[in-house]
Amino acid sequence: MDRNAEALTDIELHQLVDGQGNDTDMASLRERLAQDPVAQAKVAAWQAQRELLGGLHRQLLDEPIPVVLTEAVQQVYASQQSLAQWRRRSGMAAALLLSFGAGWLAHQVGTGPTAGTALARAQADFVQQASSAYAVYSPEVRHPVEVAAADQAHLVQWLSKRIGRQLKVPDLSAQGYALVGGRLLPGSAGARAQFMFQNGSGGRITLYLGAVGDPAKEADRQETAFRFAAEGQLASFYWVDQGFGYALTGRIQRDALMALAQAVYPQL
Amino acid sequence: MNRSDLVAQIPGLRRYARALTGDAWAADDLVQDTLERACAKWHLWAVGSDLRAWLFTLMHNLYASDARRTIRQQQAGVRVDLNDVTQELVAPETANELGLDLQRCLLMLPEDQRTVLLLVSLEDMRYEDVARITGTPIGTVMSRLSRARSRLQALLAAPSRTPSTQTTLLRRLK
Repeated sequence: MDRNAEALTDIELHQLVDGQGNDTDMASLRERLAQDPVAQAKVAAWQAQRELLGGLHRQLLDEPIPVVLTEAVQQVYASQQSLAQWRRRSGMAAALLLSFGAGWLAHQVGTGPTAGTALARAQADFVQQASSAYAVYSPEVRHPVEVAAADQAHLVQWLSKRIGRQLKVPDLSAQGYALVGGRLLPGSAGARAQFMFQNGSGGRITLYLGAVGDPAKEADRQETAFRFAAEGQLASFYWVDQGFGYALTGRIQRDALMALAQAVYPQL
Repeated sequence: MNRSDLVAQIPGLRRYARALTGDAWAADDLVQDTLERACAKWHLWAVGSDLRAWLFTLMHNLYASDARRTIRQQQAGVRVDLNDVTQELVAPETANELGLDLQRCLLMLPEDQRTVLLLVSLEDMRYEDVARITGTPIGTVMSRLSRARSRLQALLAAPSRTPSTQTTLLRRLK
């Protein structure tokens, strides 16, 4: 049967209307279309329709983008940005940062680049271990902690002894979080402790703490500003005070976590 | 990949969402939800892959799940107002009026047909990409496109201002 005599199928008509297909196919389709008045009418109608649709709401392409949408885009990037960049945009934590920042800068000046890199790696490891600990223990239903909040006095005494400094459990009840309990964990610079908190809807956050770097080295006994790290949906704020690190981690929005970090910091 | 790449996608997403929903507020809500979903799932976007197709996929999934909710609302009798409102807006056949009529007819198409038609005609997407975005086989995409084009043609040709004609027309098309 002569292929030219075959009626064009709907799919072929769409290909003609939308210009989808390679040049050879298109040429042969156009040839067959020339002999098919019924198909021609259909193609013409669909082509007109396509052009009509192409003009629909065209003005939106030139309109300025609503602020709420550009803000949503910023959120995408916020989760990847360091606090240093974030600080420039937001005055929210400015007062808090000022007190951190002064001490941090003072220490940075006296630290050589090699020591700074090693310490930066130690801090990155620290927050990464905090995230892993969160990922492992926060989904636990039956054994999320080793020692439950009912034994809080014992929990604090035990972990303080193992970590080698007097710990305090922050009170986050004003933020809707209650202590679940805590556990002892291994870390790259010795023992680490994890306190877990939970809110009314079952959302959990953890406060992970322990030495960062080598406490014997003077260069490692410095402090840093609040820093933000995200791994997938897991967000952490962390800071180092006198060589001792804290990481607050949760599967929550950055702003909510920042508010919690601001509540935790003064209590430690 | 930087911020301006994502911002550059917003106007297109807004226009598509507007044509899909027929409502400026609902459209921008949908775009915002899409961007927030993109934020939450950012780690799933493979660097170097088609950002636009990924965003349209997110939007499609959000709209499809939202459309199921809307269908329940329609069954509760919420959507009946649409034609009444449009008829109150009868005015000389300006470009705006033509767009309004086109939008009204678009909204009379089933959601899955409207989606395919808009992705192909408005967004000029390849059939394979439409299949990927909507998660349907390409054969289904093509048959939806055929039904959408034939039905929209009939709707646009019909004397649209009289509801009785529309009803008859829709019945005949089944």
